Amino acid sequence: MEYLSIVFQEVYKILFLLVPVLVSVAMIVWLDRRVWAFVQKRQGPNVVGPFGLLQSLADALKYIFKEIIIPSSSNKVIFILAPIVTMTLALIAWAVIPFSATQVLADINVGILYLFAVSSLGVYGIIMGGWASNSKYPFLGAIRSAAQMVSYEVSIGVIIINVLLCVGSLNLNDIVIAQQNMWFVIPLFPMFVIFFISALAETNRPPFDLPEAEAELVAGYQTEYSGMMYAMFWLGEYANILLMCAMGAILFLGGWMSPIDVYPFTLVPGAIWLILKILLLFILFALVKAIVPRYRYDQLMRLGWKVFLPLSLTWVVLTASYLFYFNLLPVN
Amino acid sequence: MIAHAIFFYTFSIIAVVSAIMVTASKNTVHSVFFLILDFISISCLFIMIGAEFLGMIMLIVYVGAVAVLFLFVVMMLNVAQQKNQWFAGEQSSRHIPVGLIISTLIFFEIIIVIGGWKYKPEIFDINNSLANTSVSNTHSLGQILYTDYIHVFQISGMILLVAMVGAIVLTFRQRSGLKRQSYIKQISRERAEGVEVLEVQSNKGVKIDD
Repeated sequence: MEYLSIVFQEVYKILFLLVPVLVSVAMIVWLDRRVWAFVQKRQGPNVVGPFGLLQSLADALKYIFKEIIIPSSSNKVIFILAPIVTMTLALIAWAVIPFSATQVLADINVGILYLFAVSSLGVYGIIMGGWASNSKYPFLGAIRSAAQMVSYEVSIGVIIINVLLCVGSLNLNDIVIAQQNMWFVIPLFPMFVIFFISALAETNRPPFDLPEAEAELVAGYQTEYSGMMYAMFWLGEYANILLMCAMGAILFLGGWMSPIDVYPFTLVPGAIWLILKILLLFILFALVKAIVPRYRYDQLMRLGWKVFLPLSLTWVVLTASYLFYFNLLPVN
Repeated sequence: MIAHAIFFYTFSIIAVVSAIMVTASKNTVHSVFFLILDFISISCLFIMIGAEFLGMIMLIVYVGAVAVLFLFVVMMLNVAQQKNQWFAGEQSSRHIPVGLIISTLIFFEIIIVIGGWKYKPEIFDINNSLANTSVSNTHSLGQILYTDYIHVFQISGMILLVAMVGAIVLTFRQRSGLKRQSYIKQISRERAEGVEVLEVQSNKGVKIDD
């Protein structure tokens, strides 16, 4: 009986986290399309509901009632598993995101490593989908995305090391609290820029959306998917984008901390600040989508391996030497 | 404790079954997927015994990077062609003695380790070990790795670097007649070197290529 009540409590907490995440994913798709439209002097989706807010829900409803077509030559088990893997991985990562000092589902010691691990597993959904479709374009898309995501993970990992050097802990709450006096975006600004661009590549967002480049690969790894399975890929992708925004907000923008530590601002709950920071980063993501043309694949690889990796490694050495020389290393 | 046992047995059953399936499944890509499942369940086991850093690093390094490259290579192979020769062909039967020798060696190594555990239990006693329970996993690992074992750590890093350089040297080939894009050249191009103004006479034309 005691176990049961614990389980119910946890399930309640998980639902309280996941339902808002899923709703905000739907809203964020709308926001993405709206920002994209405004940059191009269009209206964007503005018909369904107030300001078109319910557009994503209408789309989701449409996807639910569409037929799921499974290609006869595909590897059926893996084909069905792929969108499930994408979606699950995008959602389980939210377990460690702290919304305030106490509002966190799992306050684990190695929170940032968990986030990094889960985001690096995200590539499997895409590879599985691309391979199981047994078709040329999805396979090419999967290969592209595998190489791309592995390359950019390296630089994200090195950037995380930069932040960890200043914090001295892998716990996400500790990372947020370490930014009490100054957000890491100020001393580590170049790293923030590199993190932002790597996050674009990691989530297959334009200008690095080569795995689904519609001009070359139809829709990349999702070409053979339809109905609800396509919608799950789509939801997982946007949940991943939100997650990367949350990661950026926690690593560089002070997480749930209010920007200025004075009276009226500290009244606002931490979750609101975190959401505002995520939104700020997401609007940047959406703007980049609207204004930057797509990269060529060799340029993408060059940027990842020859520019970002040496730069972020050098910055690790610089940060470490600075902290060591001025005796600022976090020792406990 | 019951929940702990349930989770332990679930993860270990998944680990063992998927390890068997890695060798038993005929499709190479399926084998790699089972290998990934095996890695994931083993890292879950690591986390359960309190080695959360090791578990996460296992996930990041093995599942996030190594297995992706495995899949990458395996998917490129012609799987349909391979299916016919797997276990059945003459070629593969030659590898069986080698495999037997290696697996016997590993078996005896495991026997020795487990035997040591049986006869000298104080070596494996957690309270006796270097691990300090008051500090987190990551801190104690760092304190050991960067002080007592710094040379071993650096030597292993050097070995990895040498392996990387070796792999690059082995696969590197200089191809001639390849047009390369030089960003500095492109950006620093002036109008004078890019554009040439010619007087074109009527009915003569201009020769563009030279």
